[in-house]
Amino acid sequence: MAEKGKTREFKWQRKHLLGLRELTAEEITYLLDTAQGFEEISARAVKKAPPLRGKLVVNLFFEDSTRTRNSFALAANRLSADVVEFTKKDSSVSKGETLLDTARNLEAMGIDIVVIRHNAGGAPTLLSKYINACVVNAGDGFCEHPTQGLLDVFTIRKRKGSLKGLKIAIVGDISHSRVARSDMWAMTKLGAEVTFVGPPTLIPPKVDQLPVKVSYSLDDVIEKVDVINMLRIQFERLGGNPFPSVREYSHYFGLTVERMKRAKPDILVMHPGPINRGLEIESEVADGKNSVILQQVTNGVTVRMATLFLVNQAAAGKPAEIQNG
Amino acid sequence: MKVLLNAKQIDSALNKLTNRIVADIPEGVEIAVIGIRSRGEIVAQRLAGRLSKKIGSEIPCGTLDITLYRDDLNSPKSGSQPQVRTTEIRFDIDDKIIILVDDVLHTGRSTRAAMDALIDLGRPKAIRLAVLVDRAGREFPIQADYAGYKAVAKPGQLVQVLLKESDDKEQVIVE
Repeated sequence: MAEKGKTREFKWQRKHLLGLRELTAEEITYLLDTAQGFEEISARAVKKAPPLRGKLVVNLFFEDSTRTRNSFALAANRLSADVVEFTKKDSSVSKGETLLDTARNLEAMGIDIVVIRHNAGGAPTLLSKYINACVVNAGDGFCEHPTQGLLDVFTIRKRKGSLKGLKIAIVGDISHSRVARSDMWAMTKLGAEVTFVGPPTLIPPKVDQLPVKVSYSLDDVIEKVDVINMLRIQFERLGGNPFPSVREYSHYFGLTVERMKRAKPDILVMHPGPINRGLEIESEVADGKNSVILQQVTNGVTVRMATLFLVNQAAAGKPAEIQNG
Repeated sequence: MKVLLNAKQIDSALNKLTNRIVADIPEGVEIAVIGIRSRGEIVAQRLAGRLSKKIGSEIPCGTLDITLYRDDLNSPKSGSQPQVRTTEIRFDIDDKIIILVDDVLHTGRSTRAAMDALIDLGRPKAIRLAVLVDRAGREFPIQADYAGYKAVAKPGQLVQVLLKESDDKEQVIVE
């Protein structure tokens, strides 16, 4: 059925997707609505549509990543764009070239969209000021991972209809998690109530300035929440001794079968992957009926297709200009 | 603004389309109706209902969103930004005769986009184009197989189909 007289006036204006903090609820909703139109492409015989035909997307990854990089590449391919992979190990980046020099060299090859992951927070924003191409943040430092936040709210919206009024717990290493931050912005803007859960050592110091509640006990929140997002313990980022032992962490903050018995029967269990089975989440829970972990992966491609499409649309309406600084 | 068709005339145009389509279906071939968003979707649903009644079996009906196949997507000149909506075709189009439906046939560009979108979904036996209103102004070598009404309109004039499902009234106007 056609929607009654609903021609939305809204126009997507951003040629960069740098973070969700600066997005309005309307922008996020528009992106999610757009993503719905891309779902069908991945399900059909010819998994391709032509809107980015002749466009060049560069995956510029300064940090290891397999799934996000592949997910972006797949999204670009399904929209008929060409993709160039540019990773730290096999590039001049390891020879000491600066970020801006790398980007300018890529631009000289005629790129249209840069998908960048960098260990320094703010790197995508910096890049966006110096090049003409669209910039999409695929994770910067501990700041943001906007497409992860978008795919998480897309997944929740699909299952629950709306985020409004939902209680959501994000559990684990909040301090080092850009996923937690992007999730928080997207979820709260769409009307959910977010609680960060973890040991005090893994909760960021100025958390009181963020639009979230904090709990140091998973047992206190497990019964109340509609959605639980279990973050991976990122051993590669953990300095010092944030918790006495992996076993102790697992005991207090792991999502176990026992804990799940106390949760709402229709709770959604999420995880950005890759999962540490038996650590932050037990296998039976990760593979259980409440888990949407694999749907998140599928939806990731969908949401990234919408992102690439929209930033390119915003760029198509504007003359090229370089802001040299 | 001038009214070209009123509710009654729209109804008889739809009947004309239905009869012509039914007369054309070869024996033993399945047909399906697919409308182009957004007004074509409504015309398609009405047509599918009438066809089903006339033939005596349920004719499948789907909706095609052609946004991703438009030829003006990346052109800075097109001021408006098209919104991507969903394609909803819950049946196999292979080996069927697809009646592709739009409200107005004008430049033929939407039809070109729709044909490209359709063949990414499968291999229909044939695609036939049915439109409620056919007007002059073709830019592509595309013609309707079935037209409910041929409108006279000058270049620059806009022929609009208003339907009660989307516009709360039932009219074809030119302005």
